[in-house]
Amino acid sequence: MSNGVASLSSKTVPAVSISNLRKSFGPLEVLKGVSLKANEGDVISILGASGSGKSTMLRCINMLEVPDGGDVTIGGETIKLKQSRKGMLPADQRQVDRIRSRVAMVFQSFNLWSHMTILENVIEAPVHVQKRPKAECIAEAEELLAKVGIADKRNQYPSHLSGGQQQRAAIARALAMRPDVMLFDEPTSALDPELVGEVLRVMRSLAEEGRTMLVVTHEMGFARDVSNRVVFLHKGVVEEEGPPAEVFGAPKSERFKQFISSHR
Amino acid sequence: MDFAFMQEAFLRLITGIPLTLNLAFTSIAFGAIFAMLLALMRMSNIKLIDWPAQAYVFVFRGTPLLVQIFLIYYGLGQFRPTLQEWGLWGFFREPYWCAVLALTMNTAAYGSEIIRGGLQSVPHNQVEAARACGMSGFLLFRRIVFPIAVRQALPAYGSEIILMVKATSLASVITMMEVTGLAAKMISQTFRAIEVFVVAGAIYLILNFIITRIIMAIEWWLSPHLRRPPAIKTRLEAVHV
Amino acid sequence: MQQLSYFELVGFGPNGWGWLLFVATGMTIAVATCGFIAGAVVGTFVAWGKIGGNAPVRWVADGYTTVLRGIPDLLVIYLFYFGGSAALGAIGSLFGADGFIGVPAFVTGALAIGIVSGAYQAEVFRGAYQVVSRGELEAARSVGMHRWLMFRRIIAPQVLRYAIPGLGNTWQLVLKESALISVTGLVELLRQSQVAAGSTRRPFDFYITAAILYLLITWVSTYLFQRAETYSLRGMRRAS
Repeated sequence: MSNGVASLSSKTVPAVSISNLRKSFGPLEVLKGVSLKANEGDVISILGASGSGKSTMLRCINMLEVPDGGDVTIGGETIKLKQSRKGMLPADQRQVDRIRSRVAMVFQSFNLWSHMTILENVIEAPVHVQKRPKAECIAEAEELLAKVGIADKRNQYPSHLSGGQQQRAAIARALAMRPDVMLFDEPTSALDPELVGEVLRVMRSLAEEGRTMLVVTHEMGFARDVSNRVVFLHKGVVEEEGPPAEVFGAPKSERFKQFISSHR
Repeated sequence: MDFAFMQEAFLRLITGIPLTLNLAFTSIAFGAIFAMLLALMRMSNIKLIDWPAQAYVFVFRGTPLLVQIFLIYYGLGQFRPTLQEWGLWGFFREPYWCAVLALTMNTAAYGSEIIRGGLQSVPHNQVEAARACGMSGFLLFRRIVFPIAVRQALPAYGSEIILMVKATSLASVITMMEVTGLAAKMISQTFRAIEVFVVAGAIYLILNFIITRIIMAIEWWLSPHLRRPPAIKTRLEAVHV
Repeated sequence: MQQLSYFELVGFGPNGWGWLLFVATGMTIAVATCGFIAGAVVGTFVAWGKIGGNAPVRWVADGYTTVLRGIPDLLVIYLFYFGGSAALGAIGSLFGADGFIGVPAFVTGALAIGIVSGAYQAEVFRGAYQVVSRGELEAARSVGMHRWLMFRRIIAPQVLRYAIPGLGNTWQLVLKESALISVTGLVELLRQSQVAAGSTRRPFDFYITAAILYLLITWVSTYLFQRAETYSLRGMRRAS
């Protein structure tokens, strides 16, 4: 990596670090100074009621939303922002594109490209953004599709797949970029209940491989059993944070107690 | 740009507006009646009636209007003795009537598809409700189906009217001196294409703007059910004051 | 003189006009195709201006489509034909040439059709762009695609697919509009029919032939667009 900071030992540099993140949509202040650190191998579940700002926070990490203030640092490289007439903007779009190709995202509504087959979806970014050799990407994509259990669907189009299969394909697409960090934005919320399990199983196996994952979710089971840290957001601030055993066993915040009891 | 010349062009070209509007509205009026007939033929569910209407629409939508105009104005001249015998030559000798006939037949083809779309969009349950009240036949059509269909079809028919105003320009090719005819004559006399074009274009834009507004007003007038209830409206106004 | 039968008249025999009509049909297809392609280029830029432009760009793009769809096509053709000649004449006089210089009618015609159909195609492209899922664009951004790559790989293929029915309609418009080019003297199908009608005094026979040939082109191209639509929609419908 050409960046001097990022070449430092990754053990000492957090994979993702956000500090004092602020973001408003018009008069609505969604994030009021959120800070969070994820070390390599961390699996962090981000919980919160709808409107708590958890998705916005995740989307700020890869600049799908540009924060109004605060810093986002990926692998030691801080994303440069500049003030413009319409608010903050990335100062260097190429930096953003570069960082995005190291931070993969899995969306609530899958967002597979509907005009491409599953295999084409998976190799698209490695071939055209990362400019890796196509043959290599196809071989890797086939492995990944086998890993998420849909190797037989490689030549089908997204609309031919069930929601669970589409989401697993989207996870394979994210993995194909060999990301340093994976962001999951409510990956199971758009799925029928009987399809949630297959996606969670894939995510659990990724966590066991030691991947760095930030997961916005409503799945309490996943937060409790798979993640090594839980963050609870409420009205744009971190209300509770800690290892799952700690926060679920003895929640300090009244709001988090209420939240757990209503999400059983 | 020469503004004195453009003023002169404007004064000359506006004398073509009556003929432009005359051609447009005569053919739209006749065309709408014909279109209605074609739409009903298409929806008759009787092959022998549906099929000719379908063929008519295909032919008139699939060929250029200018070809249709030439076919009627010049083409029928080939049968002059026969037409004279039938006493129709007086009609087909006149470029005005030939233009009106071609425009009418053309707009009828497009209009019938719009009307058919409107009739097909009438919700089945509303027809059923009317039948349950004992309505049927022409009464059902006149009181329920037609009013709903007209409201559905009006926006599309509005665009068709604009297209017809534009289409009248083709009558200039068979010597009708409407706005485009006058413009073409003026360009070929003065070679000042751009100025004349700007003036003629502006005249068409203004005409179409006014017609669009009128159609929008009719749409508004026909759709009180889609408007905000008056009670809320007055309250909002009070807030604004 | 013995009256020729209809089929001798429009056939490929020694006294027939068949060959000339055939060439003229080719000319109609050629000028319509060039105009359609020019319109696609214009339409892409205008649609881009409408979607992604700042306020003045949007204003210009909206003005363009409003004006071009509100004035008769024939006027635009006159503008290009006479205006183009005037402009060429002005340039010519700089180099000492004198008088009226005619613009090649094919170029005038294709450009005029392109400018007019560009306004319609812009609306088609804009409508198709609005159907492209925002989520898929976000996914493209999230993997680090820059603008041009995203346009080329994600937006353009999908917009084209959704635009095919609209483009089919525009093509029919363009084809019929190409008949208006006959006023500039380009020997396409209608002009050739006029010439033949004048010299044989059989106008009905030739105009009806022209109408049949236009119908034939319409019919074939409708079929081709339907094929293209079916092909492009592979993968869009649920397998059942």
